[in-house]
Amino acid sequence: MSGRNGAPALALDDLRVAYTVRGIDRPVLRGVTLEIAPGESYGLVGESGCGKSTAAFAIMHYLARNGKVTGGSIRLAGRELVAMSDAEVRALRSREMSMVYQNPGAALNPSIRIGTQVAEVYRLLGSPAEEARERSEEILRRVQISDPARVLRRYPHQLSGGMQQRVVIAMALASDPTLLILDEPTTGLDATVEAEVLELVAELRSDLGTSVLFISHNLAVIARMCERVGVLYAGRLVEEGRTRTLFEDPRHPYTVGLLRCIPRGGLRKDAKRLDTIPGLLPQLGAELPGCVFTDRCGLARTICREQEPAFHGLGDGHSSRCHFHDEAQSLPREAPTTAGMRRPKGAPVLRVEHMGKTFRQEGHQVRALSDVSVEIRPGETLGLVGESGSGKTTLARLLLGLTAPDEGSVAELDGRSLPPTITQRSGDDVRALQIVFQDPDCALNRRHSVRRILGRALTKLLDVSGEERASRLRELAASVRFDGRLLGARPVQLSGGLKQRVAIARAFAGEPRLVVCDEPTSALDVSVQAAILNLLVDLQGNQGVSYLFISHDLGVVRYLADRIAVLYLGRLMELGDADTVFEAPHHPYTEALLSSVPTLEGEQRPRIRLQGEIPSAADPPSGCVFHTRCPRKVGEICEREEPPLLEVEPGHMMRCHIPLEELRRLQATPPSPSRPEGA
Amino acid sequence: MSRPEEQVILAEHPVPEAPPEERDEARLARRERLRLLARSKTFLAGVFLFGVFVFCAIFGPAVVPYDPFGAPTDLLDKLQPPSTEHLFGTDQLGRDVFSRVVVGARDILAVSVAATLLGVVLGAALGLVTGYFRGVIDEVLMRIVDAFLAVPLVILATVALVALGPSKGTLIVVIGIVFAPIIARTVRAAVLSERELEYVEAARLRNERAPYIMFAEILPNVTAPIVVEFTVRLGYAIFAIATLTFLGFGVQPPSPDWGLQIKENYVILNGGYWWPTLFPALAIALLVVSINLIADGLTRVVEA
Amino acid sequence: MILFAAAQLLPGDVGRAILGPFAAQEAVDQLNEELGTNRSFVVQYGDWIGGVLQGDLGDSYAFNRPVAELLWPALRNSAKLALLALLIVVPVSVVGGVAAALKEGRTRDRIISLGGLSATAIPEFVWAVLGIMVFGIWLDALPVTAQAPSGSGFLTEVKYLLLPALCLVFVLFGYIARMARAGTIEALHADYTRTAVLKGLPRRTVIRRHVLRNSLLPTIAVVATQVGYLFGGLVAIELIFNYNGIGQLIYRAAQRQDFPLLLSASLVVGVVFLVATLIADVLYSLLNPRIRLSSES
Repeated sequence: MSGRNGAPALALDDLRVAYTVRGIDRPVLRGVTLEIAPGESYGLVGESGCGKSTAAFAIMHYLARNGKVTGGSIRLAGRELVAMSDAEVRALRSREMSMVYQNPGAALNPSIRIGTQVAEVYRLLGSPAEEARERSEEILRRVQISDPARVLRRYPHQLSGGMQQRVVIAMALASDPTLLILDEPTTGLDATVEAEVLELVAELRSDLGTSVLFISHNLAVIARMCERVGVLYAGRLVEEGRTRTLFEDPRHPYTVGLLRCIPRGGLRKDAKRLDTIPGLLPQLGAELPGCVFTDRCGLARTICREQEPAFHGLGDGHSSRCHFHDEAQSLPREAPTTAGMRRPKGAPVLRVEHMGKTFRQEGHQVRALSDVSVEIRPGETLGLVGESGSGKTTLARLLLGLTAPDEGSVAELDGRSLPPTITQRSGDDVRALQIVFQDPDCALNRRHSVRRILGRALTKLLDVSGEERASRLRELAASVRFDGRLLGARPVQLSGGLKQRVAIARAFAGEPRLVVCDEPTSALDVSVQAAILNLLVDLQGNQGVSYLFISHDLGVVRYLADRIAVLYLGRLMELGDADTVFEAPHHPYTEALLSSVPTLEGEQRPRIRLQGEIPSAADPPSGCVFHTRCPRKVGEICEREEPPLLEVEPGHMMRCHIPLEELRRLQATPPSPSRPEGA
Repeated sequence: MSRPEEQVILAEHPVPEAPPEERDEARLARRERLRLLARSKTFLAGVFLFGVFVFCAIFGPAVVPYDPFGAPTDLLDKLQPPSTEHLFGTDQLGRDVFSRVVVGARDILAVSVAATLLGVVLGAALGLVTGYFRGVIDEVLMRIVDAFLAVPLVILATVALVALGPSKGTLIVVIGIVFAPIIARTVRAAVLSERELEYVEAARLRNERAPYIMFAEILPNVTAPIVVEFTVRLGYAIFAIATLTFLGFGVQPPSPDWGLQIKENYVILNGGYWWPTLFPALAIALLVVSINLIADGLTRVVEA
Repeated sequence: MILFAAAQLLPGDVGRAILGPFAAQEAVDQLNEELGTNRSFVVQYGDWIGGVLQGDLGDSYAFNRPVAELLWPALRNSAKLALLALLIVVPVSVVGGVAAALKEGRTRDRIISLGGLSATAIPEFVWAVLGIMVFGIWLDALPVTAQAPSGSGFLTEVKYLLLPALCLVFVLFGYIARMARAGTIEALHADYTRTAVLKGLPRRTVIRRHVLRNSLLPTIAVVATQVGYLFGGLVAIELIFNYNGIGQLIYRAAQRQDFPLLLSASLVVGVVFLVATLIADVLYSLLNPRIRLSSES
């Protein structure tokens, strides 16, 4: 039982943590003070390197060998943690505090059955074997795993990602701890699965009364899950307050900057550019006299550099560590407010019809993509949305010619027929279709300098050399705002944002007509993401290039895309203008997807739960592939017949048996909450 | 209670040594690697030891006090224990053991380096091709590799040498060819993981030809494992050559090769004449150890 | 499994066939044995292969007897030696590797790693010679031949085999220990170990229950390949210790260019190695739940 004696569940008091690297202590947490009341959910937000994970590990007493607490205190339900003995710490871990982190599959031991691993928690609490087994089954049922007895006998690799995370959560909550720490628990999970997991955590929390420390870089998830939020920058808490208050009325320049980076509330690129935060995150352990945010703050004055601000209370639990907190929202913008946008017009750059791809995998035929037809006009951005198994990556690869499509697929570039594989394509075709990948660490050859990477692209795609190539290279670097002095560097020496700029430059080297952007900002920090998105918008405005933009972040897609295509299990479910798709009436899957994604504004849509897991592409459901999970399923027809892709409105395609008007009527109210426990 | 997480944390929070204004960043990274190497005591010890042997190999015949092949008059001095005149004593034919050991470095180093080099060049090429293309070529070649691996090196080499006649040239070719598939396997593994990375796809999207992708894009990224393989195989080569020579199928007399010296002299161990056997044995041991120290140091740096 | 079947013939075919054409010229010059060995290697090889396919391994020139008669007793002897070596080296190196991994980077680790590395580097015959000098002559603790007098009891046989086995152990220790160490380090750094620790389990339990079973799995495969090296080392060891095993048989056959014997013995060694690999493969599949059970949602 968690000890609730009136003391806060967790109290950090001026916590300082440092890592010893090569003999020097480098501070990571520079005095963090926060309190979490019993039963409260507190979100810790920050970008990479701010120290949030370090805080979690410090609390769990699990710092690396070269990490140590250099000052301050950590109190869990009133008990001081910092100087505890190992035995006491172990006791605390088994009873009072638990942690769940990213990548649930790796958190489970692959060689031990689930049942044994879960029962271990109860054995530690003193239960005999049989009782432990029973309680394990009970807790699995609590996390909404149907047929827990069967799952107990399984090994981790036999479960899906969502189920694995449920098991991990079960293990964490089995001991009914006072504090549960969650460190990016849903990063990497599909949107619908993530929504399930988050909802589960919220329910269990209110049932058990556990306090939660939720660590994430994703502000929207925090907005959904947490009552209070603390913003961490360079190891210092710069603002803290109630979630609603903080996001609606931020009072620290960093928070203001962060919120401006994120496309909120249906913001579109023609309305307003995303703002960015200039400069780079400070290096680990750097000396930062005065306010930690000075170097990047648009409001910085002399006093900021010399004197660190106190944590000013602003009433109602809202505090800000800024000398000029009342001016925070008038932080000058980095990027100009509006952008000139060209409307896409003209004949389509790229047109595909009946695009399909079937793989052979372990003897099965796997239809990764089936009967997809889209067209993209010059200067247009088509957003591609879907979860794992939807086929969006496959589509991109087919367009680029990296794999060959099935028979019957048609592809046209600028009206002429496009050969299916890249080796058959002409030089002009090749340079017309390029890609920006998600992870610039893998997308750039680590052993080549930037100059070589871009130079080679220019040589191969434009067939230029010598002086002309050199001058084009300079122009190219300038167009992506890449400092020419860094051309001799290798990718490993550059920051994430710079690397991605090089990747973009490489894609644009040949003056392409269409660039596929495959999650280009998912690996980047929020402040960097905004700059890259602005760059992409600018390049599109200047050169009239089209984008096929793949992303799981619906806010970003809504910001950038002119039109949106929704894929599910390789089939096109809906295609239309961005606004049309985002507003009802839309496909039931789109409806569910949109309701799963957390937004900063809080819940404006009723939450629709999807039953079950995404089916396997090797064995798709009969008829409409979505019928197994569709909350708006009409009846037998959905199981028997696959609905054709119809133009239900001008420019709006949908694949559903329910007619548009019917959908409009139905989606005015949420579907009836039938909740058979998803397997 | 030790927490095994030091390396993980370091990777997440890289601490650059130089200020960010440093523009010559490429050289910075290489300097960092060299600094790590230089700090490794094992690596330095290995290099030093190996250097001693290289010196012996190159300058040996010029600096030794006595003629390693022996003059007829030396027979009177046979089987003298170590003394100030003969540091390592004399052998059955009156030859100075110290001189023989020093000069013996040349043959074994020359042959082993040549053989390993041959193996690495062939193996790397093979590994690149099979790793990149996969398919039928890959299957067939890997089966052949497995066949080669089935029979231990020493036995396979023995059969080959008996069939072809033992000589330095044969030794180099045989060992080189036997090494090639084994090295190819390691290179292939590295290539397999590289080719999945997106920069290879980006190259294909420029319609680059296969040879360009293999040699200009992938090869620079697999040089590290190749270098490590080279040093590891060099150790095995010396090991194998010494054993084969000991058995009589490698380098032939009257070469002062260490394996031969042991072969010729171990039978008289029972009579208490330990020195003609011990010193060549130590030489072999130290040479291989030095190479393994270098290999170990390199592996640690490469993995970091 | 396919490997096993295919490679049955391959060690003979591919290996020798490639050498065959080269061998023809030089081998002819080298041969000076009686009994029709002046025929070229190619012809002899052809003869032998033909015989093998019919189940006949040919006759040994040197010993004037059918090869099969010589092979099996020799194999039995070598097996005894090999088994003793394996019985010592596997537990010792696994314990050593794990011990090193648990104190990664510290003194104990460096000693075990470097010690193992150095020991592996030194050829068996060097160990044999040194071993004879130290244990056989200076200390007079162990006999310098491996062949116990006939009719000796089990313990006496072991005493005679101990020194040669130890030489093999020294050579094999390094590699197996290194694999065990690497596997353990990887398991220690894994997320699931972190979960176990954060559950509140004491460190010893974490290691015993969670770490070891994952770290030792890859070590099994390594032991199989080491069997190969082991047999390679047998040639020199059996020669020095005067032991009638398959290693010595190969040596004598090579000396006398007795191809049927030489080729057959090599084939046998290859087969033994393949069987070992097969066993290791099967064992690995049985012990690794990921392979044993396919995944389902």
